[in-house]
Amino acid sequence: MAQISLRQVEKRFGEFQAVQPVDLTINDGEFVVLLGPSGCGKTTTLRMISGLEAVTSGRIVIGDKDVTWMHPSDRDIAFVFQLYALYPHISVRKNITFPLEAQKVDKATIKKRLSMVTDLLRIQHLLRQRPGNLSGGDKQRVALARALVRQPAAFLMDEPLGALDADFRETMRAEIKRLHIQQGATTVYVTHDQIEAMAMGDRIVVMSAAVVQQVGTPADVYYNPANLFVARFIGSPGMNLISGKYADGIAHLPGNNRLNVPEPWRKSISNQLTGDDIMLGFRPEAARINGQGALRAEVYASDLHGAYNMIHLSLDEEQDEAMAHVRSSRGLNLAIGDQAAFDLDPEMIRFFDPHTESAVVLEA
Amino acid sequence: MSSFEETGPSTPVTESIRVDKVKPQARLGKRVRAILVIIVAIVLLVPVAVMLMTAFKSRSDVVAIPPKVIFEPTLEGLVFLLTERSQLSGEALEEAKANADDLGLFERVALDNGQRINGPSDFLRRLRNSIIIAFGATFASVTLGLFAAYGFSRFEVPGANDLLFFILSGRMLPAVVVTIPIFLMYRQLGLYDTHLGMILVYTVFNLSLTVWLLKGFIDEIPKEYEEAALVDGYTRFQAFYKIVVPQAATGIAATTVFSLIFVWNEYAFALMLTSEDARTAPPAIATMLGRGGIEWSAIAAGTLAFLIPVLIVIFAMRRHLLRGVTFGAIRQ
Repeated sequence: MAQISLRQVEKRFGEFQAVQPVDLTINDGEFVVLLGPSGCGKTTTLRMISGLEAVTSGRIVIGDKDVTWMHPSDRDIAFVFQLYALYPHISVRKNITFPLEAQKVDKATIKKRLSMVTDLLRIQHLLRQRPGNLSGGDKQRVALARALVRQPAAFLMDEPLGALDADFRETMRAEIKRLHIQQGATTVYVTHDQIEAMAMGDRIVVMSAAVVQQVGTPADVYYNPANLFVARFIGSPGMNLISGKYADGIAHLPGNNRLNVPEPWRKSISNQLTGDDIMLGFRPEAARINGQGALRAEVYASDLHGAYNMIHLSLDEEQDEAMAHVRSSRGLNLAIGDQAAFDLDPEMIRFFDPHTESAVVLEA
Repeated sequence: MSSFEETGPSTPVTESIRVDKVKPQARLGKRVRAILVIIVAIVLLVPVAVMLMTAFKSRSDVVAIPPKVIFEPTLEGLVFLLTERSQLSGEALEEAKANADDLGLFERVALDNGQRINGPSDFLRRLRNSIIIAFGATFASVTLGLFAAYGFSRFEVPGANDLLFFILSGRMLPAVVVTIPIFLMYRQLGLYDTHLGMILVYTVFNLSLTVWLLKGFIDEIPKEYEEAALVDGYTRFQAFYKIVVPQAATGIAATTVFSLIFVWNEYAFALMLTSEDARTAPPAIATMLGRGGIEWSAIAAGTLAFLIPVLIVIFAMRRHLLRGVTFGAIRQ
């Protein structure tokens, strides 16, 4: 197991900037998720770590080896592909032992390692088959087995669950997490699914448009998004973002709503805001609908999500963006067009500068 | 009145009113197609059957009108094909007939036509040349084509499209146009009438076919397989022959057969660039037409013998071929 360091790693395809220079250290045994929409550079970053893609500039260190210009086969990493990439012309057993044969490991060790990983993933009964006959989940188990059998310095996984059915994905997610906890292996995991990222990652690296937007724990990126992109991208629905004007401790919001900005935020806001435009951010669960709330809005729509109701509120009918999604109890039934009043949990309010798109950081 | 009116809505439906899912027209269509296929197969096989029969007919049966379908088979054709003979007459013939008991099968067949066998003909040598040259050129063009196709498919080759077009353009030249210059070059280089020379010229001409065909097949193989092999600890070349080549087997088989058939049947180059040592079967069979009377049975026997090697190869690769020749028609 090993630590992975990226130092100013950058990738350009001709004119196209696929990854802006990035600095990132993945600690020994850590599970780091690269998260972002498609085309954001997350897969390219992973492929640069693996050596399947050459860096344009920068350095990559795995353990204490500078692997920047090393061949993938010399980097001691295992790669799990989205479409499994199991060799179709050889049996499952051969597929799993394939990497060991490259290393000229002796037969006894191969046998031992094989039975170890097949026990771990419960795939003993598949060994004689060809990969083509397996179900998606079994294919992915075999692909994981092929990665595990190496006992590599690090695991790199490129959307390994992306091709699975939704309900089965949860099972495999838990399985990968369990494997990670058992093996304690350094893992870099790429996904565009923020729920997967939240569920699995020790840390999440949010990327967009070739740039790393934020690096942090799942709780961090959820509660303290560094910018508007992260706020919108994480969570479903994303953070509610309502633009308004800030003056003297009061945020003037659409629909003549006024929000008294909590005292600790005031200094930071006046220091960090570039104009008087402000964007208020809060998670759907940070709002409480009650009779005497300070903020008023009209019910636009309401839908039952089983465990809770999601109420969509319009602060101002004229403005499409002045919309808030609020989580409320199942029992609360509001008709479309009703007036609703709600309060915000002061602990869970965040502010953004709409011009720089950055979050206002609470100053001590 | 009728029982129909008495049945209320509670009466269970005992008879299915469902129309058979397969329309009768569709089944008829299937049968028509099968019949068409059989007709086409028969039309295609008639020349082969005629050839097969002619090879075993006697001189008089060959030219009989109407053609005989039932005849007494003889080995005349085969003997004429494989031997050089001289006509006997008078005493010599009588003497030979007197000693007929000591003769072998071929010699007796020749004697029935009043001929004595002087030695083997050069047909087997021609056939051997064909085999050496066709298999050599096919092996070379498929191997080189495989590497080139892999390179074009997987790496960023500067000017790849231009290069591919250039390779293809080799195919656009009619062989007859270039035979004279190649003949002149070959004479200077000492490649005229050599196996190597023929293998070279066929390899060059086949390369365009093999590169293009194989590139299509390799493009179809997802590159993740090789990437998996690369991170699994294999070099690019190991990944190529352990992963790509087995998966391209179908394409390689199809390309091999196409390439082999082209070289095997090639006539113009063989006629112009060989005379004795490296002469292949096609011009040799053709020149049999010119010698004395036309020995149709010998020509048929020669053509039959000429078919066999290709037939064996196609038969050996039949499993791969069906997928290979319908390539592109079926997507997975």
